[in-house]
Amino acid sequence: MSNTKKIILAISFLFITLLSSCSSNGNKPGTSDAAEKVYVAPGQYDEFYSFMSGGFSGQVTVYGLPSGRLFKIIPVFSQHPENSYGYNEETKPMLQTSYGFVPWDDAHHPELSQTNGETDGRWLFINANNTPRVARIDLTTFETEEIIEIPNSAGNHGSPFVTMNTEYVVASTRFSVPIPQKDVPISSYKENFKGTLSFIKVDKESGNMNIEFQILVPGFNYDLAHAGKGPSHGWAFFTSYNSEQANELLEINASQNDKDFIAAVNWKKAEEYLKEGKGKVYNTEYYRNHYSNSTHSATSEKINKIVVIDPSECPGIIYYLPTPKSPHGVDVDPSGEYIVAGGKLATIIPVHSFTKMIKAIEGKEFISEISGIPVLKYESIIAGEVQDPGLGPLHTEFDGNGFAYTSAFISSEVVKWKLGTWEVVDRVPSYYSIGHLMIPGGDSKSPSGKYLVSLNKITKDRYLPTGPELCQSAQLFDISGDKMKLLLDFPTIGEPHYAQGIPAEKLINNQRRIFELGNNEHEYGLRSEKDAKVERNGNEVHIYMTTTRTHFKPDNIEGVKVGDKVFFHITNLEQDWDIPHGFAVKGMNTAELLVMPGQTRTAIWNPQNEGVFPFYCTDFCSALHQEMQGYIRISAKNSDIKLSYN
Amino acid sequence: MHKYIIYIVFTLIALTSCNNNDSETNSNSSANEKLAEKFGLTLFELENGVGPIKSKLQIGEINNSLAEQGRKLFDEKCAQCHKLDERYTGPALRGVTERRTPEYIMNMILNPEEMTKRHPEAKKLLAIHANQMTFQNVTQENARALLEFLRMESSH
Repeated sequence: MSNTKKIILAISFLFITLLSSCSSNGNKPGTSDAAEKVYVAPGQYDEFYSFMSGGFSGQVTVYGLPSGRLFKIIPVFSQHPENSYGYNEETKPMLQTSYGFVPWDDAHHPELSQTNGETDGRWLFINANNTPRVARIDLTTFETEEIIEIPNSAGNHGSPFVTMNTEYVVASTRFSVPIPQKDVPISSYKENFKGTLSFIKVDKESGNMNIEFQILVPGFNYDLAHAGKGPSHGWAFFTSYNSEQANELLEINASQNDKDFIAAVNWKKAEEYLKEGKGKVYNTEYYRNHYSNSTHSATSEKINKIVVIDPSECPGIIYYLPTPKSPHGVDVDPSGEYIVAGGKLATIIPVHSFTKMIKAIEGKEFISEISGIPVLKYESIIAGEVQDPGLGPLHTEFDGNGFAYTSAFISSEVVKWKLGTWEVVDRVPSYYSIGHLMIPGGDSKSPSGKYLVSLNKITKDRYLPTGPELCQSAQLFDISGDKMKLLLDFPTIGEPHYAQGIPAEKLINNQRRIFELGNNEHEYGLRSEKDAKVERNGNEVHIYMTTTRTHFKPDNIEGVKVGDKVFFHITNLEQDWDIPHGFAVKGMNTAELLVMPGQTRTAIWNPQNEGVFPFYCTDFCSALHQEMQGYIRISAKNSDIKLSYN
Repeated sequence: MHKYIIYIVFTLIALTSCNNNDSETNSNSSANEKLAEKFGLTLFELENGVGPIKSKLQIGEINNSLAEQGRKLFDEKCAQCHKLDERYTGPALRGVTERRTPEYIMNMILNPEEMTKRHPEAKKLLAIHANQMTFQNVTQENARALLEFLRMESSH
């Protein structure tokens, strides 16, 4: 090799080395053993389930931690063609609202049910922002079982946070509106607009939800919430901003006041007032949709009344805690004593003391009153302030070992600080623009302080580029030591707005594998192949069809005519785990059906033209999957071909 | 003392296994031993299948009411794949009780996935039919009733 060549080679090598060490996107591995810590060998299980909201996808995603592997998308507020949720006749009623059928929403905060302040693995709740609703997902089927609409609400953001024993799921209105709705000038905001705080009662056995009462509050923007626990059990805390009550250019006009408020609600006191009949019944209209695993169908129920409490007539149920500055998150530490606010425009993190709050209430240390709601003195209730917490502090979770972790959106970092001394002990960057963060059980009494997940809005240069639209992401940190260590970074579906985590062992053994055919109460369900049939009722043709590997019964149907309304009722006769079958007929104007073992699903087809149309199984089910097919013959409207099938 | 007990147990085992093979010729039994060894099965498993039925059952006269229960279960759980007299998704089942022992039939019903992985006869059938038989969420009592139905159908 000539000397020149050697020099060129040496220079190239140096250049490449320099380039890679100058990588500006934080791609340096967190620690040298990061790969080992997130490696879950093929066939092995993750230690935690993580439920992430899909944000504007309207769904919930299920990931394993520490691997970051995606297991399932649970359809909740949006139609999901992959398994026909919201397309098939059985689940369409789940998306029924007082505004009619709504096929999409913006889902923000998953929240696991709790017993005695700990996650119990029974249900997952999640809110819909745009058309205010709360959904309940059953964690034995990982399917949405109930959706309740919230009347007198707009922008259902501060929702759905549970009390210590899931007595209630609480919800608040981000957008104040005229309550009840009426046609008024927008400029009459201060006079006409109100907010509500809703308390949704959850039945201990069935989980069924019912809005027990709403509290009518001044027209601020109620943003987030968390319920008390331990000593603060019986209280719930709601942040608010726009105490200026601006109705235009909020970025300036709602950022004027030095402090806005956390509303502290004594819900046990509210229950006493309810018993005394202090609530007023408002006429309204909202829907509750419930899915049954025996009829395999959802039903919609319209409700016309709601009980509303006016705090000016019920003293002692609500107090305002002054909190700097346009606070966003409100988080209660595992002991139930500290109430931490994320003032997104604040330069400190204020931490209120529940004990001090109670003393200040007893000592009547009020600085003013707003619409009958006493405002407590800041100095009387504050436990401490975390200095230099990063720019734009939003949300805090806890590790159960005396530390709190706050997300700072603008400076894009996680800040670890100590409860009691309020000193910052560590900080790590997140890539990029962290919103919520999550520690499994991190908002409960017993966090698992091993991992922290940051939920990031922006990924810019983190992954291979995919045109203008880029994924959002989650990042996994090891928080078991003094210093946080970045382990993994993985893309998410939609916006991973908030998440919940739970040790896998709390869910694994409760998983449902099949639906028993003997319990199938679907109106058009079958329990045996010999009952498969086709019936005509006027221009409606009902096909009672069964699936098994690897045939449909019947698989040849004739005597159906143009203009008929054809119902395919498909019952999957399989009774073993992981054997769904799919169904689609050529040209049908809806999504495929995906039918779990023992389940019945229905698609409606309006044949437009004469001919013979194939149908087939859409979920690869076995070696003879390609043989799993059939034909339906469509004849002219006036044809005299008799209905027949094999 | 311990040695004495172990000796008795071994003798009993030896006697029992001899009893099982009484009806077979010596050459057959050695062929079966080789086959069993090849597939990692015991001689009992080779004859009676792999699954929860681990010893010979007391099978008496055909019990008609049990067979009728079996017929109902067959319609709900089996008929989508099995007919009595024609090949369907799986093999035709009339006469199956002449080809297989009662224990084999129950193990096939109760433990089909392991059977088709480990037992030579079940493996052959999987290759022919290309469809994995599934466990249909039945109890051992259900499987017994299904056996009775198949015995009744095989008898005519």
